[in-house]
Amino acid sequence: MSGRAPHLLAALSVIALAGATFAGEIPMTERRSGYDFLSRETRAMQDDDTANPGMLAVLEGGALWARKTGAAGRACADCHGDAGASMKGVAARYPAFDATLKRPVNLEQRINRCRADRQQAPPLAYESRELLALTAYVARQSRGLPIDVAFGGRTQPFLDNGRAAFYRRQGQLNLACSQCHDDNWGRRLAGNVIPQAHPTGYPVYRLEWQGLGSLQRRLRNCLVGIRAESYEYGAPELVELELFLMWRARGMAIETPGVRP
Amino acid sequence: MRFAAGFVAACCVVGAASGGAVRAQDSIPSSLTGAKGDPVRGRAIVTNRQLGLCLLCHSGPFPEERFQGNLAPDLAGAGKRWSEGQLRLRIVDSSRITPTTIMPAYHRTDGLVRVAPAWRGKPVLNAEQIEDVVAFLTTLKD
Repeated sequence: MSGRAPHLLAALSVIALAGATFAGEIPMTERRSGYDFLSRETRAMQDDDTANPGMLAVLEGGALWARKTGAAGRACADCHGDAGASMKGVAARYPAFDATLKRPVNLEQRINRCRADRQQAPPLAYESRELLALTAYVARQSRGLPIDVAFGGRTQPFLDNGRAAFYRRQGQLNLACSQCHDDNWGRRLAGNVIPQAHPTGYPVYRLEWQGLGSLQRRLRNCLVGIRAESYEYGAPELVELELFLMWRARGMAIETPGVRP
Repeated sequence: MRFAAGFVAACCVVGAASGGAVRAQDSIPSSLTGAKGDPVRGRAIVTNRQLGLCLLCHSGPFPEERFQGNLAPDLAGAGKRWSEGQLRLRIVDSSRITPTTIMPAYHRTDGLVRVAPAWRGKPVLNAEQIEDVVAFLTTLKD
């Protein structure tokens, strides 16, 4: 591990001035995807579309994309056409501001809004096979593209809330996200290497889950781990945290469907 | 090394800021229960991943335990480095020594936010369990 001297200096000055935080943000040049912490076998699984279990959901999502549904009898493809063209780069920009709701929505929420408004179809439940499949299919069209969420202006207050949540100590174990993912990444929490928490591969196939799951599922797992009160799926607080994490990972490449331990 | 460096730096700053007041609170000399803990029960708590949680962050002389953490100092020799009272304070509420420490306070319920309902108002370990862990850690002389 090189380049720690600037960390130390930064830590010292921050502690001396504010006494509130540790090393602080990871410098842009030191950011690493969770992929970099994977075993060779797990990397190979993600890299090979015929071995990546997340690709099954992508294929299913492709079928759903073309299937007419709802009272309007309309398919996603009827409006958006070829997802390879129309959805390219879209997932890299979510969560994105929704002018009607006047707040950012994540990709799952965007899909459900589209179902309600354009297809007159009931919303798909969070973590349902169908919603994960559609989300994975849309996000797959951004694979390799840099994360590019909007910030500043009307989005900024929500990003700031997400940042505050990331640095807030909470739960019975009184831990902030930053204490593991900014200050101690690369170390081992029991048997697991702590990643930097860049959401590059969602929805992600986790070996621990034996299935695909959303970023919100992962965030809820961490909240349970630190014995903190959780949030409902779709809660504004979780979307704000998603927004902050995507901003923090700005410029990093989308990997969906990622594979993680 | 970030954690270690941060730990040392924080100690220096706190020490410089408040001097002897900090050092006076470096220890909880008396047992929380008035009785001595049981080191055998203490070892079981330390190695229990749902109860003591210690090995998530610490490693220690537990050859039978796989997957020990390395976020925090090795527990080997803890009983030589620290007195019984110093160990007790560090488990009860390490933030009284280092406010920014990553180590949870094991016997404090105030000053916490958004605690899950199942844990609200409860410390991580009760007084008897704290004494068992202290009794065990004092045996780690090597």
